[in-house]
Amino acid sequence: MLGRTAVTRGSLSVADEVGLYLELYRRMVLIRQFEDLVNALFLQGQVHGTTHLCSGQEAVAVGVTSVLDPADRVAGTYRGHGHALALGLDPQRLLDELLGRETGICAGRAGSMNVVDLEHGLMGCFGIVGGSIAAATGAGLALRGTGNVAVAFFGDGATNQGYFFECLNFAKVMNLPVVYVCENNGYGEYTPFTAVTAGSIIARPLAMEIPSQTLDGNDLWVVRAAARQAVETARRGDGPSFIEALTYRFVGHSRSDPGKYRPEGELDRWRLKDPLAVGRRRLVEEHRVPESEVESIVEDVRTELDRVRQKGLAAPFPKPDASAREFKDG
Amino acid sequence: MAEIEFRRAIRDALDEELARDESVIFFGEDVAKAGGVFAVTPGLWEKYPDRVLDTPISELALAGAAFGSAVCGKRPVFEIMFGDFLPLTMDSLVNQSAKYWYISNEQASIPLVVRSAIGAGGRFGAIHSQTPISWFLGVPGLKIVCPATPADAKGLLKSAIRDPNPVLFLEHKRLYGLKGEVNGDLTPIGKGAVVREGDDITVVGAMKSVHDALAAAGKLVEHSVEAEVIDLRTLRPMDIDLVLESVAKTSRLVVVEEGPRTGGWAAEVVARVSEAALDQLDDIWRITTADAPIPYSPTLEDAFLPAPDVIVESILAHRRK
Repeated sequence: MLGRTAVTRGSLSVADEVGLYLELYRRMVLIRQFEDLVNALFLQGQVHGTTHLCSGQEAVAVGVTSVLDPADRVAGTYRGHGHALALGLDPQRLLDELLGRETGICAGRAGSMNVVDLEHGLMGCFGIVGGSIAAATGAGLALRGTGNVAVAFFGDGATNQGYFFECLNFAKVMNLPVVYVCENNGYGEYTPFTAVTAGSIIARPLAMEIPSQTLDGNDLWVVRAAARQAVETARRGDGPSFIEALTYRFVGHSRSDPGKYRPEGELDRWRLKDPLAVGRRRLVEEHRVPESEVESIVEDVRTELDRVRQKGLAAPFPKPDASAREFKDG
Repeated sequence: MAEIEFRRAIRDALDEELARDESVIFFGEDVAKAGGVFAVTPGLWEKYPDRVLDTPISELALAGAAFGSAVCGKRPVFEIMFGDFLPLTMDSLVNQSAKYWYISNEQASIPLVVRSAIGAGGRFGAIHSQTPISWFLGVPGLKIVCPATPADAKGLLKSAIRDPNPVLFLEHKRLYGLKGEVNGDLTPIGKGAVVREGDDITVVGAMKSVHDALAAAGKLVEHSVEAEVIDLRTLRPMDIDLVLESVAKTSRLVVVEEGPRTGGWAAEVVARVSEAALDQLDDIWRITTADAPIPYSPTLEDAFLPAPDVIVESILAHRRK
């Protein structure tokens, strides 16, 4: 069944279920190719500081956001390009931000790790591990009783932070409409999460009697179905839910990380479960979409991002004399 | 005009702002049904049961909840019971709330208030008595408000709740029982006040130190010293112009801070006045607590604090130099 709410999110506008999944697939392709572009521009010295790419994790962001309304609120992580693009942020404005240009979504003030786009429901991307959990919990407090929900994306590493325990408990006892989405990519920076995490992740929210499930985070269809259930629970006023989406990043933690800590063969095994490959297979085999149509999505995104790249590199840098004020006038 | 206690002034400010603006919410540990451990907030939960909330003892979650709800249009006021617990809130206050207006390119500001009871003299020991100002003074985007009187407690808290920026609102525990007239006017954030006029020396204080400075000024009259006392009322932004005006008249400045000497707000006042008016100064110094933990035993704690006699002695000693 086609989610009524799904068709109203951002630029998501489709006529039927196949159209919906084609659009969601396009978003996953956009995120993957965007990350490839960021990587290339970083190596050319055009993207500064550091970047954290989410290649391989696209289905989580796209699947969860596909069931949200425009008035819902989302908190992303410093690995947040996918969260922003999934919500419908114009890739031009995101790339321009990463390039440090005046035309960026935050006019070059934020950079890769701190993107904010309230127009599309993105409260922010948070550079402190677990910060997104806090932000979404607060949004849940504000959204009590409205039928809208808040979503926190965070990694497996964040489940060992104080924010995780305090905020999940806070949301549960206060019955807040929050969906906590753990993108478990297997590693907290360079360290396997199993080496630094006592017990299982899902046992923690379950101990707080928060409805929780662990699922295949590389399958858009699976993520979307679970997210819809969790979001509907929150909209009904039945409190928070927890989703542990098992996924994998195909790249290192950040630009300084070649990922040498991965056991041999692990990346190859996960490549077989690439969310784009899974999505393509489902579209072709289950939804009877011609291969050529799927391929044309890939080509269209490539063409679009080539334009975005050229325009971004030509965009002006902010002027240093643009006066930044400490406080908003009151 | 009736006199009311400092704690009552705070309660009234919350009551009036909750009534005035539906977006105001107030939460913290034991603030609702119990009315607060310092008996500051009784009766509010009964009037606003949906917007006055008891929470878990989870300072990280409190600060995060305030930030996130402020992004979504609320005006949260939350209580951190003792200022000593504020370090637990620092990530959210410093990295989320204080920077949001800037890094979002002004998409939204964070109109939150964190209230916290601070200060020594209550025999609470080293970890329930601190004045946490120096931990926050160097954080751009965070206002620090420090009332000394019931009138300013009410007027500044109302201003803080209406302010579009995050505000750290500090309440000195030794002032909760202080009575004073309250007319209900808003006190502007960022403006100090001359609370005693004098020509011989300027004494700058905040919160309880203002009262200690006034007591010292009374004693100094016997020594033919007329002290001008300034209550800064807000430490970020700081009303340095008011201090400079006074110093232009007195040429002497002493800043009294209940807090450790190194990196305190008194150091900031001294630095700014020295930068701006070195040629007008005959003397400038600080009276602070030592760079040491606050002791528990009454004899130790009393000796640790900048009491009126300490201020008098320091000023007379500087005059004899």
